[in-house]
Amino acid sequence: MVTHESGGGHGHHQPPSGFIRKWIFSVDHKVIGIQYISLALFSVFLGMALSLLMRIHLAWPNLKLPFIAGGIMTSEQYLALMTMHGTIMVFMVLTTAPQSGFGNYFLPIQIGAADMAFPVLNMLSFWTTFLSLCVMVAAFFVAGGAPIGGWTSYPPLSALGQIAGPGQGAGETLWIVGLAIFCAASLMGALNFITTTIDLRAKGMSLGRMPLTVWSWFITAILALLAFGVLLAACLLLLLDRVAGTSFFIPGGLVVTDTVITWHKGGSPLLWQHLFWFFGHPEVYIAILPGMGVASHVLSTFSRKPVFGYRAMVGALCGIGFLGFCVWGHHMFVSGMSPYSAFAFSILTMTIGVPSAIKTFNWLGTLWGGKITFTCAMLFAIGFVSLFVTGGLSGLFLAQPSLDLYLHDAYFVVAHFHLIMGVAAIFGMFAALYFWFPKMFGRFLNEKIGKVHFWLTFAGVYLIFMPMHFLGLAGNPRRYSDMTAVDFLHPLQPVHDFITYAAIFTISAQLIFLFNLLWSLKFGEKAEEQNPWRATTLEWSIPSPPPFDNFAGVEPVIYHGPYEFSVPGAADDFIPQYLAPERVRKA
Amino acid sequence: MLRKTRERGSTAVALALSIFLIVFTIVTVYIFMSKKWWFPPAITDFGHEIDNQFFRTFAITGIVFVAAQIGLAIAVFRFRDHGQKVKYFEGNNAMEILWTLATVVLFVGLGLYARNAWAQVHFMGASQGALQVEVTGQQFAWNFRYAGPDGKFGRLKPELVSASTGNPLGLDPTDPASKDDVVSPVIYIPANREVELILKSQDVTHSFFVRELRLKQDTVPGMEIHMHFTATVPGTYEIACAELCGLGHYRMRSFMYVVSEADFQKWMQQQEAANQ
Repeated sequence: MVTHESGGGHGHHQPPSGFIRKWIFSVDHKVIGIQYISLALFSVFLGMALSLLMRIHLAWPNLKLPFIAGGIMTSEQYLALMTMHGTIMVFMVLTTAPQSGFGNYFLPIQIGAADMAFPVLNMLSFWTTFLSLCVMVAAFFVAGGAPIGGWTSYPPLSALGQIAGPGQGAGETLWIVGLAIFCAASLMGALNFITTTIDLRAKGMSLGRMPLTVWSWFITAILALLAFGVLLAACLLLLLDRVAGTSFFIPGGLVVTDTVITWHKGGSPLLWQHLFWFFGHPEVYIAILPGMGVASHVLSTFSRKPVFGYRAMVGALCGIGFLGFCVWGHHMFVSGMSPYSAFAFSILTMTIGVPSAIKTFNWLGTLWGGKITFTCAMLFAIGFVSLFVTGGLSGLFLAQPSLDLYLHDAYFVVAHFHLIMGVAAIFGMFAALYFWFPKMFGRFLNEKIGKVHFWLTFAGVYLIFMPMHFLGLAGNPRRYSDMTAVDFLHPLQPVHDFITYAAIFTISAQLIFLFNLLWSLKFGEKAEEQNPWRATTLEWSIPSPPPFDNFAGVEPVIYHGPYEFSVPGAADDFIPQYLAPERVRKA
Repeated sequence: MLRKTRERGSTAVALALSIFLIVFTIVTVYIFMSKKWWFPPAITDFGHEIDNQFFRTFAITGIVFVAAQIGLAIAVFRFRDHGQKVKYFEGNNAMEILWTLATVVLFVGLGLYARNAWAQVHFMGASQGALQVEVTGQQFAWNFRYAGPDGKFGRLKPELVSASTGNPLGLDPTDPASKDDVVSPVIYIPANREVELILKSQDVTHSFFVRELRLKQDTVPGMEIHMHFTATVPGTYEIACAELCGLGHYRMRSFMYVVSEADFQKWMQQQEAANQ
């Protein structure tokens, strides 16, 4: 641990005066956090709009749609929307909001630091991410349109260029370049998070006293550091295959639409899959771990009880993080990989269910015996637990190669990953936003509107994604733009229609959220108390919104664990981490 | 803020949330058990074994699902703020160890149990007398090749590939072994005889999927992947592509006809005759 004077360039850390230095090219971690959250918010509505168009097309294939060239959606347009929906959601929403957004804002404050370790690098990470988003979205506007290869972008489809299909030309190149830029941004962010957590903790903030949110951001940063480097390398190799005539991923003797590809030979399509999923599986945890941290934090606060099994929770986070790197092969059971590896990956994947189950038990243990108040943050945290269980259990099917033979690349998988990595992670973020909004903006989000938003969303996401399990059991392959060409899909059309209705319903409900957000920023109830939730961690010891250097130049001292609620013998039902023992009022 | 929220009737919210979770759980379990949307009957012994493993997994995940959702429902209702005192505890090591061990046994055990089915199809090769059929995926069609009476597959040359002139695989006519090869856009196989598929791709990755076989296998450019099964129930089964392969992915389908040995021989003779 280092004191503030020697860490984080604190000496040069003065509040900027101009608008541009304050709000655009800011080095303040709080502003950067809000920038990341805004980027994710823009992206999530863009991603939802794409999915809405896709769902409408699946229910009414001949309907003329806005934003679609020609009006009636073609197969390649559908696949382009699908590719961009997945990419934008995974990278620009699920990777940015939980980690770079909320992590940026609250990690330094929760450990008692004045800023991130490298504020300028932090600014650079954000603007690099922004550039990456621009490059990716540009793919919509080039000849051939956005790529159609899915967010997994398997070669040779992604490596051969225009000949493999529309969107596989300039669009795919932009996609790869955009993703590579994103990798660079994430690596910078990860370094910053890790250094900050290790070096800038205030006096008394031992590892065992770090809030579980901080633990989850810390572990996520380690995962990001190890995973994004591999994806960056993979992207560069794929780019070279496309523009420099290399053959990392392209074997010889290919014939594409009667054209013999003579200029490539010797590559392996499976190499990409290994590299991609070596990143891709940890990526799932990069998306969900911060949500787990927030859920633990919020459940404890509004149950007025310590987190059940804090050490087990930290252990489970580490266990998930470590095992997350040993299970990528379960995405490749039908890829042609050695069946012996498949079996090993299968057992390792079943093992990762164990720390996940520990977390679930401990969340229930945290609620058990508590005194629960149902704020919106708490409702979303409880929703998170329910979604995590539902989405996680289907993983037990997919982890078994013999069952995956049937379910792989079917809608069952779509249901699984949307529930656990998409919706559960988003619920974690909603919990975070309702919880921290008063700290960030000095005003509350409206709780009444928030409850309406919660109920419609909670019901809505289950109505969308539960039926997809049944489509998967009936064998419906994913990434089909049309269910009429394969006979056995005809009876499933009513299920698709139902899902489309549910999607329209749920997406509309997000407009309520958007309204609440914008309205509350300006007119929300003022958060006059510093600590309205009567919570224990450091962010509640400073004004809302916090001043530029968080603690006004005074380094806080930490005396307690992060979740000392309802401690016997104390007068109040919470003991903040920063409260000196002699100031704790006795009952 | 917290105090105000609490006064706003936390019982109603607690009750609503519990009821929601319980109804959601019951409806989910009911739809799964009604089997309204379900896999079609399996047509191989292997498929039945898979179905058994499915059933075991359903049973275990079903119990955990119900227990967890109902547990959550009970917790939110029972421990809503109604003025009670909080029971202070920070954890329980015995319980942590207990549920860790329980999940290890349950989850890993389930994984080990599934080994048999996987081993049958993948660790063991096809037996000697199996009928070999080469399966080739290409944007956006399937082609099936039989070796013919000589039992040998003829040479293929990429530069000869021309779907429009009737040589979708690029069979080399100068190779004597290729003369009697039969190429068909659908696959006929005899019931109760082992079939070995040799899966290939001409351009990008596709995936061969027949629901009734409970089998799916990517066809990967540059690789030859072997797969074997014995279908026991005659009938017509649809083949769908299960790996995104481009704009025609959704329509890349074909049919597998499982017929009697006699009908199979008859079909084969017709194909060979057409070849002459």
